[in-house]
Amino acid sequence: MSILFIMIPITLLLVACACGAFFWAVGAGQFEELETSAWEILIDDPSEQTAATQASEQP
Amino acid sequence: MSVAAKKIDPLRHEPQSHCFHCGESLAARKTLWISIREQRVAVCCEGCSAAATLVAGLGLDDFYRFRTSVSATPTPTREAWLAYDNDEVLNSVSHVEGDKRVVVLLIDGLTCAACGWLVSQALLRCAGVNAASVNAATGRAKVTWDPARMKLSQLLCIIDELGFAPHFVTADAIEHQAQQERRSLLKRLAVAGLGMMQVMMFAIALYAGDFQGMEANIRDYLRIVSLLVTTPVLLYAGAPFFANAYKALRARSISMDVPVSLGLTLAFTASVINTWRHSGAVYFDSVVMFIFFLTVARFVEMIARHANTSVTDALGRLLPVIAHRVVDNAHEDVAVASLRIGDRLLVRVGEVVPADAVICAGETRMDESLLTGESVPVTRSAGQCVTAGTVNLDSPVTIEVSAVGAATVLAGVVALLNRAQAERPAITRDADRMASRFLWRVLFGAAAVGIAWTIIEPSRAFAAMLAVLVVACPCAFSLATLVVVASTTTALAKRGVLVTHADAIETLAKVTQVVFDKTGTLTHGSLHIHHCEPGDGISADECMAIAAALERHSEHPIARAFGAAGASHAATDVRVVAGKGIEGTVEGTRYRLGTAAFIGEMIALPTTQNDAGIVLADAHRQLCRFEIGDTLRAEAPDTINRLQRFGLHTELLSGDARDAAANIAEACGIRIFSARQSPQQKLERVRSLIQAGECVAMVGDGINDAPVLGGASVSIAMSRGSPLAMASADLILLNDSIARLPEIFILAHRARRIMKQNLFWAAAYNLSAMPLAALGLIPPWLAAIGMSLSSILVVLNALRMMRSPSSNSSLMPERATAVSMQTQAWILPTSAGHV
Repeated sequence: MSILFIMIPITLLLVACACGAFFWAVGAGQFEELETSAWEILIDDPSEQTAATQASEQP
Repeated sequence: MSVAAKKIDPLRHEPQSHCFHCGESLAARKTLWISIREQRVAVCCEGCSAAATLVAGLGLDDFYRFRTSVSATPTPTREAWLAYDNDEVLNSVSHVEGDKRVVVLLIDGLTCAACGWLVSQALLRCAGVNAASVNAATGRAKVTWDPARMKLSQLLCIIDELGFAPHFVTADAIEHQAQQERRSLLKRLAVAGLGMMQVMMFAIALYAGDFQGMEANIRDYLRIVSLLVTTPVLLYAGAPFFANAYKALRARSISMDVPVSLGLTLAFTASVINTWRHSGAVYFDSVVMFIFFLTVARFVEMIARHANTSVTDALGRLLPVIAHRVVDNAHEDVAVASLRIGDRLLVRVGEVVPADAVICAGETRMDESLLTGESVPVTRSAGQCVTAGTVNLDSPVTIEVSAVGAATVLAGVVALLNRAQAERPAITRDADRMASRFLWRVLFGAAAVGIAWTIIEPSRAFAAMLAVLVVACPCAFSLATLVVVASTTTALAKRGVLVTHADAIETLAKVTQVVFDKTGTLTHGSLHIHHCEPGDGISADECMAIAAALERHSEHPIARAFGAAGASHAATDVRVVAGKGIEGTVEGTRYRLGTAAFIGEMIALPTTQNDAGIVLADAHRQLCRFEIGDTLRAEAPDTINRLQRFGLHTELLSGDARDAAANIAEACGIRIFSARQSPQQKLERVRSLIQAGECVAMVGDGINDAPVLGGASVSIAMSRGSPLAMASADLILLNDSIARLPEIFILAHRARRIMKQNLFWAAAYNLSAMPLAALGLIPPWLAAIGMSLSSILVVLNALRMMRSPSSNSSLMPERATAVSMQTQAWILPTSAGHV
């Protein structure tokens, strides 16, 4: 059972890390709005070619 | 991906029939062509062309693939924003951070997450913008920029050109406070949750050890570790309980936090002492479990509380941000915030009056529907007063400001609303009183048990006393209604109904009387052609087509009534005569459409002519007469009938004329109605009903309804209504139809039944466990498990609300499921907030 003397401190360390990560995420505003982030992954990076845009009038 | 797959890709689908940007029909309109990604797409106006070109130029055209709703037609007002480069104005709307400036904007038109993405990306691509974060849920954007490299007006211009309307946030402190609370509670919840998992693991080992035997050193080790984990949970996650208990005691009152804190302190102290003495029982598991469940309950409660948008936000959206001040026969654009009494302003056609004022020159018709609910415009001429928030329809006028800010009529309505809201929570006060009585009994009970056991058998006194405190924790009680409210809220959101006040569901089930507003609630609230009377030799359809062709050139609200009639013709050589009508050539013939007086200038009209309505005529004769007005919603009579069969009384309170109110009441089968009601009278009527013992649900949409919505037992607003009405409502009908009302009441009754079951179970558990705990038959750990089990049972029972078959999946778009309680802000449309 003496393995517990090593394993439990390791768990506690991991828990502390998890807590720290969560605190950072909350502080960075990741939980403020959960909608936009879900969409961002679907949107491609800005296209390389600059879209040529010309406005022309057609009667 | 399934959601994205459903989206229509405008780049692939024929973009010719509708505007690429705003989705407006392009038939018979001047069409502009632009190319995006080497594809030619059609847009309807310069505004859309500019917006689409800007979006594509920034490489953000993915926006068009992922947006879930079409955008509003942009109407950029570039010059107007220049007023915001003035130092005085700049300081009033933004603040300095280092050498940067920060501004918080409330952005109208953020209808979906893709819009938020678009705005933030577009801003970030500007040289000079350091940070831009957009929260589509609250409609807020926080922008940090370098004033040396970029002007505020440029920043506002970009948002404006993209087709969104920026407003300045007046009451950001409230939102900031809400954000702080949300963040701190989330952190506490995480600490309590993670801590609980750890301590429960050790606790199971310790319990197993109690039965099977365990080496003393391992047992002590596990206890010390439990102590190490429990301490931060108690001190951090449990801190609010102690703080609130201290506050309550200092105010010489008692709240639920008092016995909670007492129980936590006693259990923790005893555990620490026993760990130190290597003997006796430890209660670390009970302590963390207790903190976790209570924190969960508070979190659910907070979410429900925050769902209510602030009224001041709504006020900010209603008024324009720019006014045109007249100085020496020229005019300059100034910020509305800098207006003073006595300033002379020019109000152009289609603009919102920025402050209460008196007209100095000009005559026009004003749309006061936002304030009075009256859909028919009223004529105002020199010397008469106009109020902030009304829309100028016909011709430009010069006005002299008579009241600004808090002194305006609009602000008065808001104040009335605030009062009405403040007076409501009588039910909550009752609940608090009952809870405090219950809590005193718990404290005395625990003390009595402790004393009794000290006399009988001192060694068991502490465990018994602690068990009583834990068992008596009204955890299941507090969860009993909260989780039902949360699950019902979700169930309603799936049906297109947004709940903004948590206690509304409970009240809904008690409703005995439903009071309706007329305009915009039972009727559509906008002008429709309800009668078309063609002359000889011409069909009604033909007349409609000609009229529609002419009206397409007008921005008047009446023109919108004709918008639905096809677009087979096009009018040329059109002349709009403000306040009178419109003249133009369709298919080679010259027509006039307008008031009887306007037609009378051209041809002689029959003297018996009914003055109401508008007339279409050519150079020789009258062709057709249109009666224009508000029409009844198709679903209204059936909905009212179902409500009445449900045993609810119905009543109509209208600000409109008696005849109009009577007609609608009769058509819907409502027997009791009152006409010409001011907001104050409406509020008094509802108050008197409430005093007579009725539980009143108010359904309305306008600003004039806002106070009465606030004063009713429970209130329901239409999503197309004014933001102010929605801010004061408990429920919002997202799909702008009252057909869902009966279902809301059915759901509320079911929710109430489940609440009763939950309360019964919680009471049964507490009442049966309490004597056992007092007799010392329940050890504290069993009490904690029992308490948790009763809570879980209550939660599971509440989840039945969500499982009910949804009778509707087609009426609401797919985002309905994602409509959480916080996302209310982005469904608030704006009718007059644009500059």
